[in-house]
Amino acid sequence: MAPIVSIRNLTKSYASGFQALKGVDLDIEEGEILALLGPNGAGKTTMISIICGIVTPSGGTVTVGGHDILRDFRQTRSIIGLVPQELTLDSFETVWNTVAFSRGLHGCKPDPALIERILKDLSLYDKKDTMLRHLSGGMRRRVLIAKALSYEPKVLFLDEPTAGVDVSLRKDMWHLVERLRASGVTIILTTHYIEEAEEIADRIGVINHGQILLVEEKKALMAKLGRKQMTVELAEPVTAIPDALSPFGLTLAGEGTRLVYEFDSAGERTGISSLLSALSHCGLRVKDISTEQSSLEDIFVELVGEGK
Amino acid sequence: MNFEAIKSIYAFEMARTRRTLLQSIVSPVITTSLYFIVFGAAIGSRMQEVQGVSYGAFIAPGLIMLTLLNQCIGNGSFGIYFPKFTGTIYEILSSPISMIEIVIGYVGAAATKGLIVGTIILVTASFFVDISIRHPFMMVLFFVLTAVTFSLFGFMIGIWAKDFEQLNLFPMLIVPPLVFLGGSFYSIDMLPPFWQTVSHFNPVLYLVSGFRWSFYEIADVSPLVSLVTVLGFLIVCLSITAWIFKTGYKLKN
Repeated sequence: MAPIVSIRNLTKSYASGFQALKGVDLDIEEGEILALLGPNGAGKTTMISIICGIVTPSGGTVTVGGHDILRDFRQTRSIIGLVPQELTLDSFETVWNTVAFSRGLHGCKPDPALIERILKDLSLYDKKDTMLRHLSGGMRRRVLIAKALSYEPKVLFLDEPTAGVDVSLRKDMWHLVERLRASGVTIILTTHYIEEAEEIADRIGVINHGQILLVEEKKALMAKLGRKQMTVELAEPVTAIPDALSPFGLTLAGEGTRLVYEFDSAGERTGISSLLSALSHCGLRVKDISTEQSSLEDIFVELVGEGK
Repeated sequence: MNFEAIKSIYAFEMARTRRTLLQSIVSPVITTSLYFIVFGAAIGSRMQEVQGVSYGAFIAPGLIMLTLLNQCIGNGSFGIYFPKFTGTIYEILSSPISMIEIVIGYVGAAATKGLIVGTIILVTASFFVDISIRHPFMMVLFFVLTAVTFSLFGFMIGIWAKDFEQLNLFPMLIVPPLVFLGGSFYSIDMLPPFWQTVSHFNPVLYLVSGFRWSFYEIADVSPLVSLVTVLGFLIVCLSITAWIFKTGYKLKN
C-alpha cells in the first residue's frame, strides 16, 4: 500500500540563513501512529507546518493521499487535521462556534450532530456556549483537537499534544488517540515525553538539526538499541575485580559492593550463566541480582548526543 | 470554489460586528450627528450656499465618505490582523481555501459593514439637512466601489502591519488629512491656485467629488475621472493582494 504521507528531500531555509530542514525523507503509512521525537528546534514543527501549508518549503516534495501539497492543496488540506502546539484560540468565540467555523473552513456543510458528538467525546459539550477565554488550558487544548476533528481528517498532526497537560488529561489524550487510530485515522505526533512515544506509537522517528536520524518500529528499536544491564550485589566488598572475570568487562561500583555487567539482550548468548559460574569460582558470594533495560529515553539521548 | 469557507469567514466577521455593536455602529452615528449639528446647523446656517446647495447638504456626501473610508480600512485591516496577532491565522493558512476565497470572505464582510454604517449615516444626515440624490445608480456604484476598494486596502494594511501602531497609522494619521483636504468640507475652487493643484494629487478628492456629483450634480472634477480613479485604485489594490498571496508576504515564512 502506498504511504499516505510521503516526504522527499524536504528542505527549509529561513531568510536569516538558518536551515531548519536539511533534506528530510519520510514515509508515513496509513493508519499508523508515528511519534516524532526531537529536542527543541530540531525541525519537528517546521516539517508539520510545511505539510499543512503554513510554511512554504524551500525544496523537495510532499504528497498526502497521493496529492502534492502545493499543486493540489485543496485535496491535501481537506484530509489533514492539525492541532498546533500553541493554544491559539479566538478569545471571544464560543466553543461551539469555533468548532463549527473550522468545519466550514474546510468546505464541509454544517453538521450539528457530528459536532455534538465530538464535543461530548472530548467532555466539552457542557461548555459549548462558553467563551474560549473562560476555559482552562486543558480545555483549550481539547477545543483545538475538536476543531481539527470537526471535518473528519484522515491524517492528524498533533504537535506536542500533551505539553503542559496534567497526568489524567494526558491519559485521556492517549485513549483518544487510540480511538482515532481504531477509526482509521493516521496520527503523527511530536513530543518531548519519551514515555508518551513509548506508550502509544507504532513507529518512532528521531529528528535533530533538521535531519531524520532514524525511523523504526518501536519494538524493533527498543530491541535493537536496548542494552541491558545486570547489577550483582556482593556479600562482601572487593577492592579490585579478579583477573578471572576480566573477559566480562565488568565495572566496579558502590565502593566495591556492586559489579555491573552490560549485555545485549537480543544477542544469542547473553553470558549471564558463565558470569555467574565464574563468580562462584572466584569465591565471591552474591547477595542480590537486578537487571534493567535501557529506556527509549536513553536511546534518544544517545542518538541526539551523537548527532551533535 | 470553497463556498462553505467563504461563508464561514464572512459569518465569523459579521458576528464580530454584532458583538461590538456599540463601537461599530452607534459610535460613528453619534460622531456624524455631531458634525451635522456643528457644521450643518450651527456654522452652516451662517454660511453661503456652495454652488447652489446649502452648506449642510454640501458636506453630507463628504461625511459619508469619511465614515465609509474609516470603517472599511478599520474593519478590513483588523479582520486579518487579529488572527495574525493571536496566531489563529494558522487555521486559515492550513485550510483548503484559495487567496480569492480568503479575500472575498474578509473584504466582503468589511465592505458590508462599511456600507451598513454608511447607509445609517446617510439616513441620519437626512434628518438634519435636505438631501437629494440625482443619480441613484451612480451613487450606489461609487458607494459600493469605494467600500470594496478601501476594505481591500485595509486588508493589505492588516497583513503589512506588524503591531497595533502600524495598524492604526492609516486610519488615524493618513486618512483624516486626505479626507479633510480632499474637499469634503469645501469646494476646491475656494482654495488659492497653488493648493488647488496640490489637491489634485489627493485621491480622496476624486472619491468625494464623484460621490457628491451623484447627489447634486456639482463636482470638482469630472465624474468619469472620479470613477476611473476609484477603479484604478481598486486594480492597484487587487494586484498588490495577489502579490502578497503569491509570495506569502508576512503571512508565511
